[in-house]
Order: sequence, then C-alpha cells, then structure tokens
Amino acid sequence: MISIDIEIKLKAYHGGQLLKINRQFNTGSIIKILGPSGSGKTTLLKMIAGLGTPENGVIMANGVTWFDSREKINLSPQKRNVGFVFQNYGLFPNMTAKQHLEYATNDTDWIKQLLSLGQLDKFTNHKPDHLSGGQQQRLAILRALAIKPKLLLMDEPFSALDNKVKTSLIAELRYLIKQMGITTIIVSHNLQELEMFEGEVMDFEGLV
Amino acid sequence: MDLSPIWLTLKLAGITTLLLLLIGLPFAWWLSRGRSFIKIIAEAIITMPLVLPPSVLGFYLLLAFSPQHGLGKWLHDTFDVQLVFSFPGLILASVIYSMPFMVGPVKSALQQLPVSLAEASYTLGKTEWQTFRYVLLPNIKPSLLTAAVLTFAHTLGEFGVVLMIGGNIPGVTRVASIAVYDSVEKMDYASANNYSLILFSITFILVIAVFIFNKYQAKGPIA
Repeated sequence: MISIDIEIKLKAYHGGQLLKINRQFNTGSIIKILGPSGSGKTTLLKMIAGLGTPENGVIMANGVTWFDSREKINLSPQKRNVGFVFQNYGLFPNMTAKQHLEYATNDTDWIKQLLSLGQLDKFTNHKPDHLSGGQQQRLAILRALAIKPKLLLMDEPFSALDNKVKTSLIAELRYLIKQMGITTIIVSHNLQELEMFEGEVMDFEGLV
Repeated sequence: MDLSPIWLTLKLAGITTLLLLLIGLPFAWWLSRGRSFIKIIAEAIITMPLVLPPSVLGFYLLLAFSPQHGLGKWLHDTFDVQLVFSFPGLILASVIYSMPFMVGPVKSALQQLPVSLAEASYTLGKTEWQTFRYVLLPNIKPSLLTAAVLTFAHTLGEFGVVLMIGGNIPGVTRVASIAVYDSVEKMDYASANNYSLILFSITFILVIAVFIFNKYQAKGPIA
C-alpha cells in the first residue's frame, strides 16, 4: 500500500498555487494520471521518488515512512527503490545501452531479459546518440526496471514510440508489471495509451 | 642555453594542474549545485585572480607567506617551511592564481548537463560520489580537458605573481617567463627569443590538441 497525503507548490502553473493530493494505492495496482501541461503531474512523480520535497504532508510505502514534514523524515531517492522513467529519458551519453543496465544491476540474466523485452539486443553497444527516439525511450524504461523496483513511475513513457512497437512493448510491460507485482504510476497526455493499462485514472485537470 | 627555467616551468605547471584537478573538481561540483550566499562569496573569491593585477595578488600572497606574519609565520615556526622565495611557495601561489581556469569551465559544464542525469542515477541507488564519478564527470570530458589545458597554459605564462613570491633564483624559482624578462634586461635578446619561442610552441601545440580532441568528441564514436 502506498499512501500519499501531501501539498505541492506549483511553480509553472498558476504561480505558487498549492496542489493537494490525498490518495492510497494498493500494492501492484496501476494508476494513470492525466492532465494538462504544468498541472503538477511530473512534480508529483518527483516528490514520490524523493527528487523534490513537498511543502508538507506524509508519503508512506508498505509501512515505511518516506516523507513526513512534521517528523522531518525525508528518505533519499537511493533508499526508496523507485524506478523512474523521465520524460526526457535522462540517459547517460557516455554509456552504451548495455552499460546503462549494468550500471543499475549486476544480474546478467535480468539484463539479457530486459534487452530482449525492449528489442535492443542488437543495439547493446550503441550509445544514446546512436539510438532512435523510440529506442532511447525503451532503454529508459528498461533501466528503470533493471533495479526491480517496488514502485515504477513513468512520465510520458510511450510518446516517441510508433504504434506497432508501443502495442507490443505495453503488452510485455503489463505482463512484467503484474508478474513482479510492481505498483505503477503512469503520466500521459494520451488517453488511448493509458487505456491499454487497467487501473484507476487520476485526472489533474480538476485538481488545479 | 640554460634549459632549467623551461623544466622548472613545466614542473610548476604540471604540479599546479594536478593539484587543481584534485581541489578544483569537487569545488566546481559543489558550486554547480544550487545557489547560496556562501557559494556566491566563494565563487567571487576564486574569480578575483582573473580581474586583479597579478602584482596585487602577488603582494598579498607575499604578505601572507612572509615568515614574519600570520600563515607564513605559523608554517615557518611549526613545520620549518618557508613559502616565500621557494618552489612550494610558487606552487601554492600558482594554485590560487590559476584556480578560476579550472573551476570556471568545469562548473559551467556541470550546470549545463540535464538535471535528469543525476536524478536518474540517484533513483538507481547510486550515491552522489558514484553519480559524479560515473555519470557527470565522463560527460564533461571535453570541458575537463579544456580546463586542464587552460590551467597548464596559464601557469606556463605566469609572471607577476611568480616574480613577487619567488623572485629570480636560478634552479629554484626562475621560471621561463622570468628568464625572458631577465634576458631582455641583460639585452640578451637571443636567449629571450629562445625561451619565448619554446613557451609559444608548447602553448600552441596544447591549444591545437584540445581543438582536435573536442572536434573528435563532438562527432562521437558509436561505442
């Protein structure tokens, strides 16, 4: 169970407005977040991952307090075991596709499985500059999965993929997420993409 | 022709560059992370050698290193170390004088990297040191090389600070730029020309090498 009860100050949208989130998510569930640009979707993901600090509130995951403004608890991102797929991918230009996964895990069988899942087996020695947009996006997803996270946060994870690759990747991903029991939060502008996942929808449009 | 000023200059520039790689990189990294009043003051202090006349910096360092006052007196009384008119004194002065040439480019390069690189590394469980060592540093390689070469070349050309702190002691503090000045003073233009030509050639080769390296890096090999 992941419990979020926080207030976030939005910088980009409606300058300085507070966004209040109070939700509980069951372990292994999928939460789909919709909403306009600047409505705080990415900011919420970063707060959950520990990459930003909410104004106040509490974030708990499986009985562990990740953030509590009153108790002054703020667990570092390193200790939260959260897989994060960044909107701009955040790939390391100095590392090949394989090195990205090796940086995240020592499990060679898991790395092989991931490269196959992302159809990157033939591009293991390519650096991000020499991968297509879709391949880069897939690599970002694989890297987030490499740490076998308890919680997977994906920020516009399929925007650069063509329909064929998207459909097959989402099918594989849904299977993997279910198998591993990963709680997943997906942010997207694209309702069709989100409809390919089963789970509750959080619409940020009404929150701001 | 006495080549000792050339060797001494290369030794001074090499040691200064190595020390500044050790000191300057963590310092640049610290400066690149957010803003605070302390960081603004720290950055202003290390930038001073860029705008101050070298003789002014040299004068204050001379006072600071003097065995009669403060730091210099403490070093002399405690460790029997004399910084004025000595090679270690030249190194310390060069480190201070060339610091902005190492810290500036590295700090700018670190700030230009997307924040998501470090953030992605943190979510993979990596510490700040691992992130710096394996993600940030390799991705600013061209700037790092440029900073190291600029630091080396700038130290080669030091004159004012070196003259104030080290004077002109052959084999100890008489570096090439001092030797050029000394030769001209003695009307020995041939020696002045030789020292100048060697300094010019070394610096030119270094700058060309950096340009070639940066051009190659921009193309980027596949793996």
